[in-house]
Amino acid sequence: MQALLHAIVEPGFFADGAVQTAAALGGVVAVVAGLIGVFTVIRSQAFAGHALSDIGSAGGSSAYLIGLAPLWGFVGISVLAAAAMERIGVQRARGRDVATGVVLGVGFALASLFLYLGMTYHNASGEIPTILFGSVFTLSASDLPLVMGLGAVALLVVLTLYRPLLLASVSPELAAARGVRVRLVGGAYLLALAITVALCDLTIGAILSTALLVGPAAAALRLTGRPHRAALLAAGISLACTWLGLLLAWDSFYWPPLRHGWPVSFFIVTLVLIAYLAAGALARGQTKRG
Amino acid sequence: MSDEPQSTLTHAVPERAEPQVAGETVLELAGVTVELGARRILDDVGFRLKAGELTGLIGSNGAGKTTLLRVILGLLEPTRGTVTVNGADVGRSVGYVPQKFMLDPDLPVRARDLVALGIDGQRLGVARPSRERRERVARMLGAVGAADFADARVGRLSGGEQQRVLIAHALISHPSLLLLDEPLANLDLHSARAVVELLARIAREQRIAVMISAHEMNALLPVMDRVVYLADGRAACGRAEDVVRADVLSRLYGHRVEVIRAAGRVLVVAGEGDDAEPTHPHHLDAEEH
Ligand SMILES: Nc1ncnc2c1ncn2[C@@H]1O[C@H](COP(=O)(O)OP(=O)(O)OP(=O)(O)O)[C@@H](O)[C@H]1O
Ligand SMILES: [Mg+2]
Repeated sequence: MQALLHAIVEPGFFADGAVQTAAALGGVVAVVAGLIGVFTVIRSQAFAGHALSDIGSAGGSSAYLIGLAPLWGFVGISVLAAAAMERIGVQRARGRDVATGVVLGVGFALASLFLYLGMTYHNASGEIPTILFGSVFTLSASDLPLVMGLGAVALLVVLTLYRPLLLASVSPELAAARGVRVRLVGGAYLLALAITVALCDLTIGAILSTALLVGPAAAALRLTGRPHRAALLAAGISLACTWLGLLLAWDSFYWPPLRHGWPVSFFIVTLVLIAYLAAGALARGQTKRG
Repeated sequence: MSDEPQSTLTHAVPERAEPQVAGETVLELAGVTVELGARRILDDVGFRLKAGELTGLIGSNGAGKTTLLRVILGLLEPTRGTVTVNGADVGRSVGYVPQKFMLDPDLPVRARDLVALGIDGQRLGVARPSRERRERVARMLGAVGAADFADARVGRLSGGEQQRVLIAHALISHPSLLLLDEPLANLDLHSARAVVELLARIAREQRIAVMISAHEMNALLPVMDRVVYLADGRAACGRAEDVVRADVLSRLYGHRVEVIRAAGRVLVVAGEGDDAEPTHPHHLDAEEH
């Protein structure tokens, strides 16, 4: 078994400390992203999720400027932006894109400002690709407790609100008629989404994090029509893509042209896309047979 | 017909702890007035619904049917007036089937899941699966004739199929009042008749007060015990034969209308001339007090 593994994976993968940290952090974030992402897709809030992550780059770069860990910047700005979206009306079908667009515009303006300041005054040119594209290998084991804590908060919100959230996602009207406070539930979900996006920003970067949030969920929704199964399947796909991505990135150290390793986020996002396409093919196969 | 509901609802739903006395008042509205902006949408509307009766809420587009139902549900606070359900304030004992229902076809929610959300969709946490729960959902689906498509995603069902699933969703929590907003609007004649008969049977057998809104009353005529007729925000209430009359409706509309009956159908049309009585008659109840 060991020999077989060594034949396909460069030696040292499972023993390396950075790999273990990356696998743990990436794994936690992947599971949270998959579970939360299912509701993002059902509620048609993928654009909002994407905007939150783009804005995250403003948070990451400003945190760097004032000497904080990027995760605090990601979480802070993401939650603030989610609150702004909620105020402007992201929960109304017609207000959704407007609210998201407005907040996205402001976020980009801030991000470009902070990135510029960071490059000019702090010579942060090495940090910026990390903020934008993430690198789970550069994270340290000391990030793990905070990442797990934040992930647990997001999961707790969604698990606690599971039934009313699902009902409100099917039809706000049906939920309201049963006494569900639809706006409160939606607002709480937005908070969980903001936290999740911040976690994805950290592991795969602000630019790519939507892919991890929405991709596995969209793939799962093609494969199953049941709510619990979709959530678990999305978490599974997300975890598989992340871990396989880590493995390939590790392997790619010996690939051409640089012998320098390809970015891990590239592999994760590509695998997510492959999973999504494969799920589509599988679903078509199912309907043909059925 | 295979899509006709087969089993009866008394079989489908366990008996309630307190069986209701015949004709008990389930809902009472008094002096309900709704003003949105400068417009008065509902004007001094009052009526009662009794257990076991099926009431038609009739009015043309914009008459205020949906608004009235939203007031009953507690989703809209009336400017004036009171709404009492079961002698108490509006509780969660009201089942509701909304008017427009457009679902995403990719929604990962089967008909079965949506009906299960009717049991306790408002509660926190994840439902604990149990055999009893599964069987209760299956019986309910059977009772509305939706067993054949119980495992399909709700968003992929036809309008009539979705209607049945929504009725099951609304009924499974044993409401004492069931409100349906234009449930027949998207149905062909055959399905409309099947749904109307199903609802009439639900009302009788489960002693539920059922209110169905419609802009066209003919489909409801054979089963409707009472009618609440809305025009310009005002309501006339009573038995169909007492309300759907030229004099009552002319007073309600504030201008002359004719009621034409032919081949068991009723047609309300604008009349010739304008010799109606003064507008704002405040006691339009054709009901015998
Ligand atoms: N939020 C609102 N603000 C202002 N006016 C409103 C609002 N909601 C409804 N109205 C108005 O109230 C009137 C009654 O609307 P309602 O939806 O109750 O009619 P309806 O009888 O259900 O009509 P339909 O048969 O078309 O469904 C309409 O003229 C509508 O424009
Ligand atoms: Mg309406």
